[in-house]
Amino acid sequence: MTRIPISALVGLVLTGVFFVVAVFGDFFAPYGMAEIVGDVWEPSSSEHWLGTDAIGRDLLSRVIFGGRLTILIATAATILSFTTGSILGFTAATIGGWIDQALSRFVDLIMAIPPLILALVVLSVMPVTPVVLIVVMGLLDSTRVYRLSRAVAVDITVMDYVEVARLRGEGRPWVIFREILPNALSPLVAELGLRFIFAILFISTLSFLGLGVQPPLADWGGIVKENKEGLVYGVAAALVPAIAIAVLAISVNLVADWVLNRTSSLKGSRGA
Amino acid sequence: MSNPVLILVAQRVALGLLLLLAVSVLIFTGTQLLPGDVAQAILGQSATPQALANIRESLGLNDPAHVRYFRWLSGILQGDLGTALTNGQDIATALSQRLRNTLFLAFWAAAISVPSAILLGLIAARYEGRWPDKLISGATLATISLPEFVVGYIVMFLLAVKFRWFASVSIIHPGMDFLERLNAIILPVIVLVLVVLAHMMRMTRATILNVMQSAYIETAEMKGLRPFTIVLLHAFPNAIAPVVNVVMLNLAYLVVGVVVVEVVFVYPGMGQYLVDHVAKRDLPVVQISGLIFASVYIGLNILADVISIMANPRLRHPK
Amino acid sequence: MPDNLLEIRDLKIEATVCPPGGRPHDITIVHGVSLKLKKGKVLGLIGESGAGKSTIGLSCMAYGRAGVRITGGEVFLNGRDILKSGAADLRALRGKEVTYVAQSAAAAFNPAKKLMNQVIETTIHHGVANRAAAEKRAVSLFRKLGLPNPETFGERYPHQVSGGQLQRAMTVMALCPEPDLVVFDEPTTALDVTTQIEVLAAIKEAIRDTGVAALYITHDLAVVAQVSDDILVLRHGRMVEFGPVKQTIEDPHEDYTRALVSVRSIVHEEKQPTTEPLLAVESVTARYRGTNFDVLKNVSVELYPGQNLAVVGESGSGKSTLARAITGLLPPSQGEFRFAGRMLSPELKHRAREDLRELQMIYQMADVAMNPRHTVGTIIGRPLEFYFGLKGEGKRQRIQELLDEIEMGKGFIDRYPAELSGGQKQRVCIARALAARPKMIICDEVTSALDPLVADGILKLLLDLQETEGVAYLFITHDLAMVKAIADSIAVMYRGSVVRYGPKSDVLAPPFDDYTDLLLSSVPETELGWLERVLAHRRIESAGN
Repeated sequence: MTRIPISALVGLVLTGVFFVVAVFGDFFAPYGMAEIVGDVWEPSSSEHWLGTDAIGRDLLSRVIFGGRLTILIATAATILSFTTGSILGFTAATIGGWIDQALSRFVDLIMAIPPLILALVVLSVMPVTPVVLIVVMGLLDSTRVYRLSRAVAVDITVMDYVEVARLRGEGRPWVIFREILPNALSPLVAELGLRFIFAILFISTLSFLGLGVQPPLADWGGIVKENKEGLVYGVAAALVPAIAIAVLAISVNLVADWVLNRTSSLKGSRGA
Repeated sequence: MSNPVLILVAQRVALGLLLLLAVSVLIFTGTQLLPGDVAQAILGQSATPQALANIRESLGLNDPAHVRYFRWLSGILQGDLGTALTNGQDIATALSQRLRNTLFLAFWAAAISVPSAILLGLIAARYEGRWPDKLISGATLATISLPEFVVGYIVMFLLAVKFRWFASVSIIHPGMDFLERLNAIILPVIVLVLVVLAHMMRMTRATILNVMQSAYIETAEMKGLRPFTIVLLHAFPNAIAPVVNVVMLNLAYLVVGVVVVEVVFVYPGMGQYLVDHVAKRDLPVVQISGLIFASVYIGLNILADVISIMANPRLRHPK
Repeated sequence: MPDNLLEIRDLKIEATVCPPGGRPHDITIVHGVSLKLKKGKVLGLIGESGAGKSTIGLSCMAYGRAGVRITGGEVFLNGRDILKSGAADLRALRGKEVTYVAQSAAAAFNPAKKLMNQVIETTIHHGVANRAAAEKRAVSLFRKLGLPNPETFGERYPHQVSGGQLQRAMTVMALCPEPDLVVFDEPTTALDVTTQIEVLAAIKEAIRDTGVAALYITHDLAVVAQVSDDILVLRHGRMVEFGPVKQTIEDPHEDYTRALVSVRSIVHEEKQPTTEPLLAVESVTARYRGTNFDVLKNVSVELYPGQNLAVVGESGSGKSTLARAITGLLPPSQGEFRFAGRMLSPELKHRAREDLRELQMIYQMADVAMNPRHTVGTIIGRPLEFYFGLKGEGKRQRIQELLDEIEMGKGFIDRYPAELSGGQKQRVCIARALAARPKMIICDEVTSALDPLVADGILKLLLDLQETEGVAYLFITHDLAMVKAIADSIAVMYRGSVVRYGPKSDVLAPPFDDYTDLLLSSVPETELGWLERVLAHRRIESAGN
């Protein structure tokens, strides 16, 4: 039986809290997302636990709804990147030949450019809607998932037990789903966490640069952008969503680290 | 240096140039996803169809894609980077000062983070599993979990607003002297260092640990050599190449970090330039800026590979 | 002057292990071992892997690898207990009084430095000699150990010389500072059989010439018999027997020792070839795609029903490649396979299911040959489903029967491979092959990764199953002792060609071709004095050429 270290436990709990609040935001938020309820940048009070933002909306509600948007986009992008990347990666590994070569070279090409730069270039010509953002982020990130899943699948494909299945006459579906996949899950699951974190950081950065979620919608990155002028005057409003991003990212990182440690001890136990 | 090394290095560089070419194609085609509206963007919504047609003709927008691509590419190779759509400025002149500014910022960030990353990596590896390692690793884990702009604003809030040690924006202009310039960029440099350092240190630590756990280090211990001798004479020669490799790879994070940091601190560099013009959908500028960033990124990766090749004893002394 | 150079009393060693997905805990590796070694003598330390031999060897310089701790006992070197010494004292004796020759010389040398530098490093560091004298000594040792171009050998880098040469260089490195004790940790295990014997001889001569005391660690009893004066037999971290080599081998006291000595005495009567071969490999030539040389050259051999064909050779001989060609993984460019009267399609994907069923294979590394995520039940049960359509209760019963045949109980059905021992894993692989009711099984080095006693058990099992099921085996191996015991016919391979083929008694009778001669004479025997005889024989031969 495995013992979960405290750090991973904390990570799990916090991540869970974030997700719950995001999904059930309507119950938790005291005000609407766009309601103007007070003066500009009011300090925190009993009515507004985090004060108000740059145009007088309740900051807590903004942050809750912004969180929902951030998490939604990040989750969707991660699901997209993961399914695309792993399916293509497994296919390339098991089929090999020119399909593998072509796919891998193409992925190398895309990965030769920093993702932020490529995203900026692409977003300069596309309409910036949440759907477009999800697609762009998902496809860009799928390259990393492709590389990992292909590497994992190749590692497994050369194992003798896969050869045993082939020699028996098993078809490709059996080999992929019963031989390769069960052994590929662990490293992939760890990667899932890392990809999710990356998606959160990425969408927040894009929104902060003004190229992500557009007003009147706002995710955490956008809320930082809206309130950044206040910092100079000592108004910490912009720091609230910033810290929210930080806490969520760190929590997921703690969980991902734990999963990663478990999987690396499963592969090749070197013991003492 | 012997032949196989030169051949491999030449191959790698050639491959890199090929990659750069492919990336230029990628960037060019990436901006062709929504065809035709460049003319609209220049003349605005109320332009007449005739005016639009004229502009398209004069800008050569009706030519097929590959013709336009080659025109663009040959222009770049001759030093003509085109003109910005939004204000008709020559891109090359607008770029040169900003490029200098960005390089200034990046240079200082690199100069501080590289030695620090190596030093911290050494310490963390030396005390692996004990509190110095846990402390350093924990701090870096926190930092890499944060987007650059978050780190930027936290630093700005603490150092510029609360403690008032520095200005909160980093405006520099040609009239300033060296020291004034340095003073202006302190905050962005701190932020960049924090970001890059975190990534770099984790990898230098892993690299050094890897070398220290090699069998030949064990042999050296069993010869009764002192720990310092072992590190210096046995570990170090084998660690240089992988550590330099890691450093080069992580300097690539600077490329991305610079974009965000310049926006946070309103610093007049390439990053600001790119972001501004993406928002304005100024394609020529976006293409050139994107290409420049990509080239630096690719260049660093090539350099990392070349160093790995040159430092491999099997290649330097073939059978 | 103390009587014994090295005296170990009641040594206890523990280690912390972290099994996958479990909690780290402590286990005892060595349970109170004692030994004595006099100056100029060689003590052979023999046992299976995991018996604790290396750990004891390392304790002679009070060294423990990561996670391993010496928890009790005393180690007296030249009269003082080094377990109580401080770090500085230990550094003073390591590399000077005690030196170590590792199992893998390739990994033990620093790839970035020249060999001479590393070889004389300790000599200079401990002040035994100055650089010029140390280099002279190194060169004379290079010469003594038979290294080519001794004057310039030190100028090379580790990757520029062969494995056998590196192992000898490592021995030079250990002897150069004129130590009192050298610990040899399986120095020839990683080498080819033909190289092994030269290195072994070189080490033995060097030990005798320099008068150094040595602790020689190995799992091969025959090797121990050739180089040691005394033998210590270890099992599971405990001493089983300790005595002079002649007595221990010719008149062992303990059952375990007796078993080790007689481990290769399986009895199998040689069968004569029948008229119709079960598998005929006819003039097969093959090469890997994209390469320009043949890995198999005009190979022709036959396997008769219910009999054993042993294909022997060293690494690179093509014996494993032959298995890949037979199974259809490497289609030949010329030649064909005839199996049970019908032609086998050269490519795997064109073969009929019956062909696939009747030809099974067992691998060297049982860990990797089984999917770690499948239970034993799934592993054995899948061929039953796949070939015979067995399901449910019928399948479970058949799995039970197979488990009985491999002498494992029904409790194993739900276990995972990671929970099994080495021998058990290989048995499950055998059961999996048997489940298909094959006519022949290719056994690719199936005992090479196992300890001698466990390997013995596996071989006995295979032979028993041959009696009951009538299955034929194609053994691919480099273990000549095993071949001599169980083969009916033998094919000797060298660089892709069959250099000698026929019934066992023919193949093993002189006159031999050069390669077979070399191969056969390289296998260490437990007979004392064998090494000297072989070396003398070779010296006469090369003098005559």
